[in-house]
Amino acid sequence: MIAQPFDYAAPESLSEALQLLASAENARPLAGGQSLIPMMKLRLSAPSLLVDLGRIADLHYIAQTNGSIRIGAMSTHHQVATSETLRQNCPLLAEAAGRIGDVQVRNLGTIGGSLAHHDPAADYPAALQALRAQLRLVSQAGERTVSIEDFLVDPFTTSLRPGEIVAEVIVAADGPGTGSAYLKLQQPASGFAVVGVAAQLGASNGAISLARVGLTGVAGKSYRARAVEQALEGKPVTAATLSGAARLAAEGVEPLNDLFAKADYRAHVARVYTRRALEQAFARTK
Amino acid sequence: MATTTTTKVQTLTGQRVRRREDPRLITGTATYVDDVKMPGMLYAAILRSPHAAARIRSLNVEAAAKSPGVHAVFIGADIEGVGPVPCAAAVPGLRVPKHTILATHRVYFVGHPVAVVVATDRYKAADALDLIEVDYEDLPAVADPEKALERGAPAVHPEWPDNIAFTQQTEYGDPKKAFAEAGVVVRQRIVSQRLIPTAMETRGVVAEWRAGEKQLTLYSSTQIPHLMRTQVALMLGIAENRLRVIAPEVGGGFGSKLNVYAEEALMGFVAMRVNKPIKWIESRRENFQATIHGRGHVDYVELAATKDGVITGMKIKIIQDLGAYHQLLGPLIPTLSVLMLPGIYNFHNAEAQIVGVFTNAVPTDAYRGAGRPEATHCIERMVDILAAEIKMDPAEIRFKNFPGKDAFPFQTATGLFYDSGDYAKPLERALEIVDYTTARSQQRKARSEGRRQGIGICTYGEICALGPSPATPAGGWESATVRIEPTAKVTVMTGASPHGQGQETSFAQLAADAFGVSMDDVVVLHGDTAVVQYGIGTFGSRATAVGGTAVYLALQDLRTKCGRFAAHMMGVAAEDVSFEGGVFSSPKTSKTVQFGEVALEAHICRNLPPGLEPGLVATRFFEPSNFAFPFGAHIAQVEVDGETGEVKILRYVAVDDCGKVINPLLVDGQVHGGVAQGLGQALFEEAVYDEYGQLVTGELMSYAVPKAIHVPEIECDRTETPSPVNPLGAKGVGEAGTIGCSPAIVNAVVDALSPLGIRHLDMPMTPQRVWRAIAERSQA
Repeated sequence: MIAQPFDYAAPESLSEALQLLASAENARPLAGGQSLIPMMKLRLSAPSLLVDLGRIADLHYIAQTNGSIRIGAMSTHHQVATSETLRQNCPLLAEAAGRIGDVQVRNLGTIGGSLAHHDPAADYPAALQALRAQLRLVSQAGERTVSIEDFLVDPFTTSLRPGEIVAEVIVAADGPGTGSAYLKLQQPASGFAVVGVAAQLGASNGAISLARVGLTGVAGKSYRARAVEQALEGKPVTAATLSGAARLAAEGVEPLNDLFAKADYRAHVARVYTRRALEQAFARTK
Repeated sequence: MATTTTTKVQTLTGQRVRRREDPRLITGTATYVDDVKMPGMLYAAILRSPHAAARIRSLNVEAAAKSPGVHAVFIGADIEGVGPVPCAAAVPGLRVPKHTILATHRVYFVGHPVAVVVATDRYKAADALDLIEVDYEDLPAVADPEKALERGAPAVHPEWPDNIAFTQQTEYGDPKKAFAEAGVVVRQRIVSQRLIPTAMETRGVVAEWRAGEKQLTLYSSTQIPHLMRTQVALMLGIAENRLRVIAPEVGGGFGSKLNVYAEEALMGFVAMRVNKPIKWIESRRENFQATIHGRGHVDYVELAATKDGVITGMKIKIIQDLGAYHQLLGPLIPTLSVLMLPGIYNFHNAEAQIVGVFTNAVPTDAYRGAGRPEATHCIERMVDILAAEIKMDPAEIRFKNFPGKDAFPFQTATGLFYDSGDYAKPLERALEIVDYTTARSQQRKARSEGRRQGIGICTYGEICALGPSPATPAGGWESATVRIEPTAKVTVMTGASPHGQGQETSFAQLAADAFGVSMDDVVVLHGDTAVVQYGIGTFGSRATAVGGTAVYLALQDLRTKCGRFAAHMMGVAAEDVSFEGGVFSSPKTSKTVQFGEVALEAHICRNLPPGLEPGLVATRFFEPSNFAFPFGAHIAQVEVDGETGEVKILRYVAVDDCGKVINPLLVDGQVHGGVAQGLGQALFEEAVYDEYGQLVTGELMSYAVPKAIHVPEIECDRTETPSPVNPLGAKGVGEAGTIGCSPAIVNAVVDALSPLGIRHLDMPMTPQRVWRAIAERSQA
């Protein structure tokens, strides 16, 4: 529980931070530290330099421009969960953020840090998959925008390049007639999702006009349940449609297998929770 | 008509007085072991075995010893002069493996200490640990107690290939006849899984050796400073009066600090060798690997009864997972389960077998309840299984089997004498609170709507106020000294060692009442062997009933002595003095003298009464004549999610009878904490070792302790049946919540699933386990 020696810097500008990150072989950004610090204490991670992004004002914001909402990477889970902008225009993300860990984690952990760490059971990816979020990544070399699907490569692996950080998460504001829900079976020890389901439904004239479903915790990587989505889109809204589609929630994935939930149970809960999330999302369509 | 107003002096005893300990705990100004800092202090880090069973082929500490800031490295070969870690369990025929404070040629469990590094700070110590090279020859291990008993299982200790540490067979009454004549017999295998006590503060030691004075001081996060002093002095071969043990603020123990561990002697040894103060603070991972675990039972239980539900006999075979070694009391714990096995029911035929099993795991020992929760879980599950078998209401079957309230002292099947009780009363009260008839009809309605609701009852008894000395390994009495200072301040020194229970508050209430002073004038000291007379410590719900009684007796002695001083000061006979609200008075002469004046006179002695010594100090040792036996009824109402197996607690009612209560707020707190831990065991806590003896639940990310979101509102109520075994009438309540809770919740979940034909579920009832039980039955 004692970390190896490391240097620490707390720059106040993004450019300075990017420069520091490029300056050392094994520099790591610190963005809340809710996963990185415990890993360092267990000596599973040993960065030579920690670049604390906490003082960079440019990474702290949640703003709406036209149809999209831009979330600075250093927004805490609590800020995301309680943002009026998000609650009004993208409640799915706020709801997922409110289910992360516990109060302490939500007050310190950040959306950018969580995404860059990419725990396969983290809550955000389910919602961001369903929302088809875009991530703006920056480095000294410049910036680029990638989709959440392209960003999340493998457990604890992202498409971030050396010296690059997540600067911003971009989601679209919900269109009219959209409802959403995030449901989660929580591991009682870690607070992570055994199964987390984010569902976003649009309905018009009794038919499903939009269906997006993201799952986390089920497999080695969060995913969009496209089979579920396809079974919904264009169909009439009935209980049978929703439950029939939900049965496809774990289709084509290899569920994780651990002490708390073996693969068959995980897949089962994924199906049940998907159905319930769809039902709740539909009930919330305005 | 004339009215007379009598001002009754308000007593603090019985009041909901807020804990005086809390402000310092809440504001972070308490002094725990890790807050102790000394000039020149060095930091120790311990290398622990990553293997459950291995031979140490070689151990190379050269690089570690040369690492920056390192003062010394010690390995098993260096500590040969230090005595073994003690076991005080006098169980006949017990096989006791030699438990050295560092492993020598072989390691027996993951976490077994192998070497200790001492460096200028804890970072350098940790860095140096990484440089120690150990060549292990991995050996087959076994961590499951039933597998350890199988033929051909790996031998934990090569000298005892059957892995049996001891067996005990006892018979009470005529169980064979009871079972032969029984109208109904029910049988069940019941597991009380291994648990990790997880005190908020891990263990820690600061050792300071003063070479000139030949005095060793150990600060240790312990529940038993005096017993530790005796044992560590023996281990280190130093005189007991040259060792001082201080238990500073202790952040919870739950039994896990009712022990003498290798690290306490090890740090003393290191401090004496390097001649510098040494600090060792256990990490959470070490705490999980190397501090005792609790429970670890597999029980095979049978209950015999008449067809109309009168219990006539019980049989139990307890397979106790002891781990690789015996810690202080380990093998004694299942013997407490045997004593407790009849619960609070009136039957007199029983047969009990214990098989204590060695496994490649950290030792098990006392954890909140220590043997009683396991026993209570068995009997309370069996009573429900019997009720289901004969289709009787679980409340009715309990009422039917309680001894009457006139049956006390009640001799149990296992030979205990329950001191006092009225077992129907708390159950009646709990049923009234939940409105049982309505609750059952609501349950039927919920069932008809497809919702799986259940109601679970647990009526428990327990053995508290440990205890008469002949029934304990190291003395069952407790001590107290009360000193009145010249300025009339009252200092109470208790041999108990509170570590969260709140006796700084409750003992101050007793003292304030005794002299009519404010609680602010009372200081309660504990946990320092140089300050407090020898005492036993805090465990087994004994601090109030036994330790509090010693305080009470010392207070009475001083009241008497103060009265004699006051009488002399007023020039009256001692018999003519009365005392109330801090004033001694002589009704015959209407003279008065204040408590403060007496305190001063007793020290300055201007006019010492003949035959009276100066000073106001009294020390008393209280030896109880029997245990005290609290009891109660807990009721849980739950709803099970039939699709996912998740359990939701709808309502929780706890009606406890812990005898006379000094501070109801403290009692509620004990019940709340106990229920939280009982619920943890019922729903998600389990220490899991895999087939290689690796601790799979080795950290708080995988071992689920109950958190605020898991604990429902707990509705507390009480009945009050005083104990006749101490003048306070107190029984103890530290473990009641834990004992009452797990069976109530399991009974409720099983009740919810009973339409599927489910009669039993083992703990922890995780969603997956509950779902599988439902899925199996639904397919069948």
